[in-house]
Amino acid sequence: MFGASALNIRNRKVEGLFRVLFMLMTGLLILPVVIILAILTWKGGSVVDLNFLFTNPTEGMTSGGIFPALVGTIWLVSVALLFSVPLGVAAAIYLSEYARDTWFTRIINLAIINLAGVPSIVHALFGVGAFVLFFRFGTSILAASLTLGIMTLPVVIVSTRESLQAVPMAFREACWNMGATKWQTIRKIVLPNSISGILTGIILEVSRTAGETAPVMFTGAAFFLPKLPQSIFDQTMAMSLHLFVIATQVPGVPENLSYGVAFVLIAMVLTMNSLSIAFRVYLRGRKKW
Amino acid sequence: MISFPHNDNPVKLEVKDVAVRYDSRTVLSGITFNVHEHEIFGIIGPANSGKTSFLKVLNRMDIFNPAMSFTGGIVFNGKDIRKWRNVYSLRKRIGVVFPLPVGLPLTVYENVALAPRLAGVTRKTELDIIVERCLARAALWDEVKDRLDSLGSLLSGGQQQRLTIARALSQDPEMLMLDEFSIAVDPVTTMRIEDVLKELKKEMSIILVTNLVQQARRLADRTAFFLNGEVVEMGVTDDLFAGLVKDQRTRDYLDGRFG
Repeated sequence: MFGASALNIRNRKVEGLFRVLFMLMTGLLILPVVIILAILTWKGGSVVDLNFLFTNPTEGMTSGGIFPALVGTIWLVSVALLFSVPLGVAAAIYLSEYARDTWFTRIINLAIINLAGVPSIVHALFGVGAFVLFFRFGTSILAASLTLGIMTLPVVIVSTRESLQAVPMAFREACWNMGATKWQTIRKIVLPNSISGILTGIILEVSRTAGETAPVMFTGAAFFLPKLPQSIFDQTMAMSLHLFVIATQVPGVPENLSYGVAFVLIAMVLTMNSLSIAFRVYLRGRKKW
Repeated sequence: MISFPHNDNPVKLEVKDVAVRYDSRTVLSGITFNVHEHEIFGIIGPANSGKTSFLKVLNRMDIFNPAMSFTGGIVFNGKDIRKWRNVYSLRKRIGVVFPLPVGLPLTVYENVALAPRLAGVTRKTELDIIVERCLARAALWDEVKDRLDSLGSLLSGGQQQRLTIARALSQDPEMLMLDEFSIAVDPVTTMRIEDVLKELKKEMSIILVTNLVQQARRLADRTAFFLNGEVVEMGVTDDLFAGLVKDQRTRDYLDGRFG
């Protein structure tokens, strides 16, 4: 047999070194997340209660709750979803199941990648130009949600397309060979087996949409509105903008109030994300192939 | 010149001087033969001899692959398959079994009921009958009758391959094409499926692509030897194995000198 040569020993040492190195890097990555959550919980957790969630801000937003902002964020996210999910899923189905590899589809793919890379403030300005001014929606939930929707469209398309393409080609071919049309194959085999991935992508999109500030700032979210929006043509408050406002624009806001808003916002996002993880774990358990 | 061995049954499929290309690369050329009713037509040959491409063209799967094209005449049921405006009904008449079993991620029952459902059968009693009959014909019914609601993709490889055959039968095909069906199947199941094929032959035409020379010998009435995209030799299977071959390459292949 071979003894432990010098080379062997050295290889083992290097191996150990790299293992520790990579572990430290991973630890470093987790650190900021833990610190953020700890500080938010420590400083903001105490102000959050049902009263905080369900009352209006009072005294020039230096005290009271966040109810209109909370409701506003739900409005904005829901309307954005109504727009981006059908459009994004349809586009993804076309690109994944129908489109052939031509210059046209390549341009579309390029456009999707570029759209994903556009900074959110640019989306905001586009939203002002297109929805607020050109389509005359004014600063409203509709304009803000459409802006958010366009911004998240690439995310929906890419995640949906990936879920669709995770369905083995052999399943489609088996179906086609049976005389099924493409749509029958999509409906009976492809969609039922990719719906979990699609929904996961949508949930992640929700959490991202909820946290965006720039795109809603100029298009529909208001500084302060004591009453709730009545329709999608009203302005509304939004959690993200509210946090920005009380943290930087309004003097004399107690520190723990801002932390409280941040805490609620991040709790919303984390809840959505954990939901998506739980969903994925659940569906992985009953994976069918 | 390739001979046309005699067969009294009516012709089901006529293949005349067919060539298959991927872009400009020709993978098959000069393919000519007929497949009759109630016949198992064997296609043997080493890997990459164009057997699978040929099956794809028969089922018009070439339209899903822009790079793929074919020339020559393929006439099924007396009608050129290119003139078959409804390719879905053409595919419905030709059942296909792949090398690797494909249990769709549906229950055993739904795997077999899918094709009838797509064809518009909705009555549960009618579907029950079709499912039982197809599973029985594929020699699978006894093994799965108590778990029709479990997932088809969780059956063993051999069972999935028989499920695939049952599914192919559920579309009520006039011709069955099997592409190296025994690659992922144990010998016992292979023999069971071979018995099934002998039975099915009474009702339809079967094209059996196989990499097992002995399988062709056991099953095929006539056999064609594909090599490098051409039909080197074709004849009555018994004749070929009795040594009545014209081409030395056929003899070498049948004797296992290359494969």
